[in-house]
Amino acid sequence: MDLLSFGKTGWGDELFYATLMTIAVSITALLIGFLFSVIFTPLKLSNNKFLNFIANSYTTVIRGVPELLVIYLFFFGGSGAIMYVASIFGYFEYIEINAFITGSLAIGIISGAYSTEVFRGAIQSVDKGQFEACKVLGLKKHIYFLKVIMPQMLRLAIPNLSNVWQITLKDTSLISVTGLVEIMRQSYIAAGSTRDPLFFYSFAAVLYLMLTYLSMKLINRLEVKYSRGF
Amino acid sequence: MDISLMAVSLPKLLSATVVTLKLLTLSLFFGLIIGLIFAILRLNKNPFINKFAYAYSYVFRGTPLLVQIFIIYFGLGQIEYFRATFLWVIFKEPYWCAIIAFALNTGAYTSEILRSAFETIKPGIIEAGKSLGISNKIIFYKIQIPVAIRQSLPAYGNEIILMMKGTSLASTVTIMDLTGVAKHIVSTTYKPLEVFLLAGSIYLFMTFLIHNLIKYLEKKYSFQ
Repeated sequence: MDLLSFGKTGWGDELFYATLMTIAVSITALLIGFLFSVIFTPLKLSNNKFLNFIANSYTTVIRGVPELLVIYLFFFGGSGAIMYVASIFGYFEYIEINAFITGSLAIGIISGAYSTEVFRGAIQSVDKGQFEACKVLGLKKHIYFLKVIMPQMLRLAIPNLSNVWQITLKDTSLISVTGLVEIMRQSYIAAGSTRDPLFFYSFAAVLYLMLTYLSMKLINRLEVKYSRGF
Repeated sequence: MDISLMAVSLPKLLSATVVTLKLLTLSLFFGLIIGLIFAILRLNKNPFINKFAYAYSYVFRGTPLLVQIFIIYFGLGQIEYFRATFLWVIFKEPYWCAIIAFALNTGAYTSEILRSAFETIKPGIIEAGKSLGISNKIIFYKIQIPVAIRQSLPAYGNEIILMMKGTSLASTVTIMDLTGVAKHIVSTTYKPLEVFLLAGSIYLFMTFLIHNLIKYLEKKYSFQ
């Protein structure tokens, strides 16, 4: 238990901040993912073949390639790409991108591919009559989407979104390879300096388990809230 | 784009793909056995046994695969007592540690998939078997298992693809699989875009093959 004490001798405070970092990266990544799905879900549902193709390639490629490879590509290729763009504008200094930003962007793009599929499925499962009724009533497109389709879609999407959240949360452990100090990285550091990997990795597993357990409890509440009236 | 580098690294990546495929098939094989055992334990009436099976799948599904690999590869070696046993011959190899971690992980997901398949088998099928006087054992092996396998095919196909992507984590414990070799080439040539895109396309191609294989099997074993 000494190893977990707060302060200079123990790793308690470091692991606590690392847990907060994991939560921060996961939430940022999830939100970036939502942003991507806001863009790609309409493309998936549109009648235009070309737009369909773009959205389908995004979800298929991201879901068919290992997360670790995407993170490596972002981490090793990211600063190169930005430096290339900067060199066009006449800036030749070395640019290092923040690990938090690259990490949450990489995980966000992965998470976005999954949530796009979830939103697509949810919108498609909303009763066809609802769309028709809106058209018959002559509602404006953004109003009928926000007030009629969206609430019904969320109810259908939340159980699957909780899966996306779990995937995202677990994927953040892979960012540790880029050096961002989240749970996994902190455990790696602690395991290295105390030579007690069994304890620290098991403790990391417990932390992740706690996070998944607590977030499931929270999501279940949301599910109840959005299922009112059904 | 450095096309010549891509041409040079392609054979290296392809030979690493064999390692990835070996990891995948071995983990799926052991994972399926583990999954089947735990699915049957989950259906057991004894609360102690089915709670145990539930805890297993909950823990392995609730933690990242990376943690599981690290616990098995870095963690277990720390126990003096463990190192004295014959198991150490297996656990000192990163290759087998990765396979054990993958098998336990995919086993947890597979047990959930098979359990829900067993639970959704229409009772009429089992009753029909019983009324024909078939013994419980044969009903289980000849009726329940084949029907459950058919029903779980789509979900299991997804799990195969997830596992295929998961094998990339083997590179974190020094195994030279597709991701490991790609990373090695990048660290010597510093051309991340070309090499990772190539490795990504190989993974994507494998996903495509697995996806179509499962689709074919689904059609072949459909009930119609």
